[in-house]
Amino acid sequence: MEEFSVLVGGRAGDGINEAGMIIARLFNQLGYCLYQYLDYPSLIRGGHNFAIVRASGKKIGAHRDEVDFLLALNQETIDRHKWRLKESSVVIYDSDEVKSPVAGGLGLPLKTMAKEAGAPPIAKNAGLIGAFSKAAGIEWEVTEQILRKEIPQSVDENLEVARRGRDGIDGDDGPKVEMRSYPCCPVITGNELIGLGLLRGGLDAYVAYPMTPSSGVLHFLAKVADEFSIKVVHPENEIAVILMAQGFAYAGKRAALGTSGGGFCLMTEGMSLAGMAEMPLVVVVSMRAGPSTGVPTYSAQSDLHFVMNAGQGEFTRLVIAPGDAEQAFYWSATSLGLAWKYQIPAILLSDKTLSETAYSFNLEEARDVPEIGPVHWDGDGEYRRYDRTLDGISPLAFPPRPGAVVKANGYAHLESGITTEDAGEVKAVQDKSLLKEKSLIEELESLPAVKTYGSKDASTALLCWGSNKGVCAEVGEKFGLRVVQPVVLNPFPTPQFEKALQGVERMICVETNSTGQLARLIRCCRFEADDLILKYDARPFSVDDLEKRLLEVTR
Amino acid sequence: MKTKDLGTKAPITWCPGCGNFAILNAIKPVIATLDEEGVVPLENVVLVSGIGCHAKIADYVNANSFYSIHGRPIPVATGIKLANPDLTVICFSGDGDSYAEGLDHLIFAAKRNVDITTIIHDNRVYGLTTGQYTPTSPSGFVGRSTPEGLKVPPINPLEIVFASGGTFVARGYSHGIELLKDVFREAILHRGFSFVDVLQVCATFFNLYEYYNERVYTLEDHDPLDRVKAEEKMREWDYNSDGSIPLGIFYREEASTFGDNFTKYNSKISDLDGAIRKTLESYI
Repeated sequence: MEEFSVLVGGRAGDGINEAGMIIARLFNQLGYCLYQYLDYPSLIRGGHNFAIVRASGKKIGAHRDEVDFLLALNQETIDRHKWRLKESSVVIYDSDEVKSPVAGGLGLPLKTMAKEAGAPPIAKNAGLIGAFSKAAGIEWEVTEQILRKEIPQSVDENLEVARRGRDGIDGDDGPKVEMRSYPCCPVITGNELIGLGLLRGGLDAYVAYPMTPSSGVLHFLAKVADEFSIKVVHPENEIAVILMAQGFAYAGKRAALGTSGGGFCLMTEGMSLAGMAEMPLVVVVSMRAGPSTGVPTYSAQSDLHFVMNAGQGEFTRLVIAPGDAEQAFYWSATSLGLAWKYQIPAILLSDKTLSETAYSFNLEEARDVPEIGPVHWDGDGEYRRYDRTLDGISPLAFPPRPGAVVKANGYAHLESGITTEDAGEVKAVQDKSLLKEKSLIEELESLPAVKTYGSKDASTALLCWGSNKGVCAEVGEKFGLRVVQPVVLNPFPTPQFEKALQGVERMICVETNSTGQLARLIRCCRFEADDLILKYDARPFSVDDLEKRLLEVTR
Repeated sequence: MKTKDLGTKAPITWCPGCGNFAILNAIKPVIATLDEEGVVPLENVVLVSGIGCHAKIADYVNANSFYSIHGRPIPVATGIKLANPDLTVICFSGDGDSYAEGLDHLIFAAKRNVDITTIIHDNRVYGLTTGQYTPTSPSGFVGRSTPEGLKVPPINPLEIVFASGGTFVARGYSHGIELLKDVFREAILHRGFSFVDVLQVCATFFNLYEYYNERVYTLEDHDPLDRVKAEEKMREWDYNSDGSIPLGIFYREEASTFGDNFTKYNSKISDLDGAIRKTLESYI
């Protein structure tokens, strides 16, 4: 078989994410590209958590509905997911928990096994993985090696449970995993790649208040703060976050901050300050389903117009929506460079799907981060923080700098940074902002701001943004369609977009929101989507979902 | 640097008799003297202000500054200090600014003991928005949003900062510039979160010169290291009743600061690409 899907499910607290990641790492050793979708409700213990690990010999970026292996730690997993089973699927379950299994399922007393091996209850996972490795024909040596690396404590006991699980089934049934040739890559979440990309872009400080699904960036950067020598601060609220980050920027330190929609609501006044005071910032906004608290641990693409317009007044901002692992890294690094060159707030727009999904990340595809950086003051004459130059970019100086008085200001200001309300001066401040935007648009022309996939001459195009890139690229390729993904959404890269659409007669816009926010955005640039495929149940498109919906609109 | 060289070309737009002049005229010689003594070079000083009459001070001093937004100068000041601990950050804020709009930031700055100085221009009224009550206005205050008189008592900001963990708590008065200079200097030199509530009279909307003149006195024979005495003195006047009003340094304490947690991150690593590769390897 070319590809496999494995679903592992249980209660919150059962270690489902970790179990999925171990399964992903097993496939990774065998030459597969990985994608792990994680689904969990907003609670700490109980509920139903599941992970779908999809492994393929070629690059993938989405999950499928059907599974080849269903690994169930409880009854609910069986009940909820038996619709995903095919004739050839193998079901392995904890017979201590599951009382009405599906016919042909393989039951193992995992709870008992863990207890007998003197392992903590969470070691049920190890038993499940041991049994899975046998059913999938994965050698014990590979399984043991990954388990040893991934299990944080009671390693020997866990291995014993895994061995018992493995010995508990005969391994005759089920599809067997053969070696493939996809490069062995790190399997890592979008949030962690955003963090690494920011580090690559020269990050000095990360400031954030926890909010799902952005918290992964905070947790990752806090964990690696020592290795990378960065300052990670968790302040009292999101308002403090965006203001504190501007303190860092004023003092010459590259700061980024992260949140989701609700937290970003509190940051809007700070966004506007960054616009007026020209403070470079990278703001990671990872979308979840709204409005209000909405569906906190699930996904949506419903904040595009919000982030594009948040904050009073008109000011230059950059909005970038990476769509896969490599783009998450590349654009996080690049956004810091751009924010600092143009002294603007840049928004990295992610969503729960991109943030919390684990991907095979190929650094080779993301290595060429452009060297874009700030313009520094040369020390000549009197320093003026808001010097009005031809390209709108005022050279930067940071205190302590003898001879330079650095005055930042959220009021309309003179070049010196002192407040003004004079009509001509006020207009000049706004003209400076427009000039910067013009320079930024020119620079974006040299960057991969719009990407195309699939059949590049096709006259029908799937249009997508953000995390839907993966599913659209796969389905587009299969159906012989062109796929166009604008990665930079503001300022909109019109020339590149126009070029990507040359020869396209029909445009189908695929989005996970209820109104078609990208379709609305491109309409402002006189492009019209012919059809909309929208999904707003807070779940991402599976490959099968999109295929079905596409057939409906193209029929 | 001489005090006279610390001015800017910005026309001063405070009302005649405004208490903000006293704060401006006290802080300039303090900054100039610290520079002349070589204690704090002028280029290391950063002034941060919020929004309100107080905040115009950023335009009036020829020093580094960040003129921020209403209620938010404290997080900006905190960020600057964490970014570069060599900077001396002086944060000017109003009572509307930091006792209403941004009270959370004040409490957390005190709790963290971040090494910045916060000077509150406490005129106990909103000036720029033309005369509404603030958290320190006395009960019964008749303002444009409370024409029937304010029904609730004020807060005592000194007690709030003290209870939150502030390690330097002081009060000044805009009719006593020498005391202001002394207190500002001590506040700036204190390592930790320094808080100075300045009873700064708004001559236009809430002229309390006479009221204060009758009641203020300077703390003498007071040991600011004595927590119990400090608290007693803070409670002597509750911003509402007609008790006598102590001025000076109520409390000071040496303690570790928030920035101490970050000093080990002040320098960059040499091999960034190597560190990224190493991190990625752990995900294989």
